[in-house]
Amino acid sequence: MRKLWKSLVALPAALLALSGTALAAGGKAAQIVIVSDTRDLSGILAWWSNVYNESHLQFTILTVILIPVLGMTLGLLTDLVMKNIGIDLSKRDVAEH
Amino acid sequence: MDWMYMLMPIAGVKIFWPGLVILGLGMGIIGGFFGMGGAWMITPGLNILGFPMAFAVGTDIAHMAGKSLISTLRHGKFGNVDYKLGVIMLVGTIVGMELGAQILMTLERLGNIDLVVRWLYVVLLLFITWMVFSDVAKRKAKDRAALAAGKEIDKHATGLEWHKTLHKIKIPPMVHLNASGIYCSMWLPIFISFATGFLAGILGIGGGLIRMPSLIYLMGCPTHVAVGTDLFEVMISGLYGAATFTYKGRTELVAAVIMLCGAAIGAQIGTVATKYIKGYGIRIAFGWAVIGCLTSIVLKLAGGWWPNLKGVLNDMATVVVLGVVVLMATYIAVGMFRGAAKEIAEKKARG
Repeated sequence: MRKLWKSLVALPAALLALSGTALAAGGKAAQIVIVSDTRDLSGILAWWSNVYNESHLQFTILTVILIPVLGMTLGLLTDLVMKNIGIDLSKRDVAEH
Repeated sequence: MDWMYMLMPIAGVKIFWPGLVILGLGMGIIGGFFGMGGAWMITPGLNILGFPMAFAVGTDIAHMAGKSLISTLRHGKFGNVDYKLGVIMLVGTIVGMELGAQILMTLERLGNIDLVVRWLYVVLLLFITWMVFSDVAKRKAKDRAALAAGKEIDKHATGLEWHKTLHKIKIPPMVHLNASGIYCSMWLPIFISFATGFLAGILGIGGGLIRMPSLIYLMGCPTHVAVGTDLFEVMISGLYGAATFTYKGRTELVAAVIMLCGAAIGAQIGTVATKYIKGYGIRIAFGWAVIGCLTSIVLKLAGGWWPNLKGVLNDMATVVVLGVVVLMATYIAVGMFRGAAKEIAEKKARG
């Protein structure tokens, strides 16, 4: 587990360092502006669409945080269900190549 | 039935949301089992549900990041992830992918590159199919020879043993990869990840389809470790892809979240299935999945040869892809539920 945490900390740093170069290397793309139509929306969907329209950077940061958090939460929930069913989630018995 | 359709706030289209959950579930099962993102299966699925192509790829990658995180954590607990190997390979993967993508864009500016890319894809998939099935055939021949000689079958025997030759390359620094049980030159995983990343960049795919067999046949990883380590790579590249596509405004996050709900369950089923299905079982199923992918691409290519049949052939390609998803997910889920039922019954019998 410690190894995973180390990797999770080190890798975003490496990606951040590389992403600048990667973005700079990209050619000029056609400027297409996509705007979310918020007229029929309300509540969280309207808020979400407004974030998208106002700042893609903020929207990206929220996405990059939300997806792993949601993944972890859903993963832990399904873990609990499987453990309750009686499946041993701590080891794998099959040892073949 | 109106409640079954949900307005996607950014794409501005109404989507049958249970379809997203089912697609996420199926691809979660397959991804967790084979160690790949499966963009080649999800993108046509999203398209059928009514997603504009502009959003299909970004949405797929965003959900893939979350799904592979779940699978990586579970595989990690089974001891299937070689983190050291994953980190070493990450450098080569990123550099290779960026270089491949840049070359692809340059070639696109020069002329129509689509056909060349599709043919390259076909050749690569044919090679992977041949590799998988010749490995299985050789392993079976070894088993038969052992039985004929009255010996026990070696559970760790492999068919193709290219990795043994590659491990003889002793260019320093040398590394011990404990989870994989490998001692080799550090340049070997770097080179393999660069080459697979480069090909993935050229083909415009995530790369799991190429990286997983490369980890088995070139690195010499046990099948389960290849699956887990590949998922670790998919997780990181998925997060990177999610960030870049979202920044370009091409991610429908509501759809990604709905898909992730199905994928969370699917990823657990697929990952836990590797607990009960042997390494060669995974390899054979992977071989069939590659054949499915190959068939769909050939059908799309055939549309270019017979323009009047293009529509029908494209539809057939989509049917093949979705058929592969259904068949594979069913096979894996059945394997998982059978194994779990056996395990629970044994536990009860022991008291």
